Amino acid sequence: MREVAVIGVGQTEFGELWDRSFRDLGIEAGLKAIQDANVRSEDIDAVYIGNMSAGKFIDQEHVSALVADYAGLADMHLPTVRIEGGGACGAIALLQARLAIMSGLHDIVIVGGAEKMTDVGDVQAAEILSSTADQEWESVFGATFAGLYAMMARRHMHEYGTTREHMASVAVKNHKNGALNPEAQFQKEITMDTVLNSPWVAEPLGLFDCAPLSDGAAALVLCSMEKARKFTDAPIRIAGSGQASDFLAVHDRRDLTTMDATVVAGKRAFAEAKCEPKDVQVAEVHDNFTITEILAIEDLRFVEKGKGGPATMDGWTALNGKISVNPSGGLKARGQPVGATGVAQAVEIVRQLRGQAGKRQVVGATRGLTHTLGGTGATAVVHLFERGS
Amino acid sequence: MAIPRFWREIQSRYNLIGSKCGSCGKVDFPARAVCPDCGRKSVGKMQRLKLNGKGSVVTYTVIHDAPAQFEMMKPYVMAIVEMDEGVRLTSQLLDVHPDDVKIGMRVQATFRKLGQEGEAGVIHYGYKFRPAG
Repeated sequence: MREVAVIGVGQTEFGELWDRSFRDLGIEAGLKAIQDANVRSEDIDAVYIGNMSAGKFIDQEHVSALVADYAGLADMHLPTVRIEGGGACGAIALLQARLAIMSGLHDIVIVGGAEKMTDVGDVQAAEILSSTADQEWESVFGATFAGLYAMMARRHMHEYGTTREHMASVAVKNHKNGALNPEAQFQKEITMDTVLNSPWVAEPLGLFDCAPLSDGAAALVLCSMEKARKFTDAPIRIAGSGQASDFLAVHDRRDLTTMDATVVAGKRAFAEAKCEPKDVQVAEVHDNFTITEILAIEDLRFVEKGKGGPATMDGWTALNGKISVNPSGGLKARGQPVGATGVAQAVEIVRQLRGQAGKRQVVGATRGLTHTLGGTGATAVVHLFERGS
Repeated sequence: MAIPRFWREIQSRYNLIGSKCGSCGKVDFPARAVCPDCGRKSVGKMQRLKLNGKGSVVTYTVIHDAPAQFEMMKPYVMAIVEMDEGVRLTSQLLDVHPDDVKIGMRVQATFRKLGQEGEAGVIHYGYKFRPAG
């Protein structure tokens, strides 16, 4: 199977972008990535779009053709594919695009991720997010998306002694990183008191334990490694990818404090890339809630099970710490336009490995990881990236 | 939730009807067509089973930011309950102050109103839980 590289990246600013439509965002990210890769439209073989729920957020389905059309590609009659997989859809789109190149079918593929979330009210947006949980056996009884993660957090506190301060330190760290990211939704540092004193959303999670609702888009240009050198001297190789699923409802899972989908997706990606967690210097992990990042760094084996909270508080995962986790600010501070998440994470890792991450650059980064969740963890995707030698 | 969609599940929501695998004996709720442990071996051997309604709290949360139809109830307690048959489910926990909820506390199912379609639509009923005894 052929090697695949990222040769172009692009991203819009993330935030409550009242003056920008879904198409504006998708096109801006896509064009930036195409310019960055220096490919021509006739070089492009296919378009893969990650989008969670344009149907509910903006009443528009069929966004795969829409994005290609408004990016000026309608006359190319390209195959376009829209992937749905809750919050993991962008990461799955990347994985599927990679497979299409690995197989030999395509040489150059655009991967986009986009979500326009602020055209509906906050309560409605929260309900749309919770539609990735089990509607029949969780939501109908009053369990919110935050509530389901809160129950994982409570159990983690019970089993491992994790505290609210441990969780708050995730938000403090990610806001500190976001302050260095000009595309982040929140470019402002916060204190632990801000997190601890924020109003409850679902105990033990307060408002500042939660990632925001956001508009935004991100895009990548993937290319077969054999052709990548025609476009760039610094192709970033996708060294391994893993995807896994689990029970849809949280209550059916084997362990409420471990996301088995993350564990398995991580093992698959590391096995393909023939490396270990200790070989990774920078990671963008799913932190839709503070507890989620703690679970992720444990389940990806960056830290021992149960030690994610203390490790974060002790600065292991800070910028240029033992392993830099969420240097972009993560979902918490960079923002969470759901469909864009997995793609934006890859954009950040590519920039880090190219040495183009500005003030938030991880020194000497040669290998990076993205970790993306769908729903409450019923889907997980892990990608590993390496700087080409 | 559309009326037929809710109505299709009333056996489980009213009467806690789950299933038991005829191959390994594992209990599931709601009823499944295939046992997650036995896979294809279990097809055609899944038997109906009514849960006894008693269990223990595995974890819980107090919801303050609620969906529109639960707005009047907030703050309310949601819990994952492990039933005595070994299967777990998610439900509201009633008749207890949020500060008094503990992991491990014994609870029992009770039949309550879950919600309704708008102001004049059909009422949804089903299980919630309250402290046992």
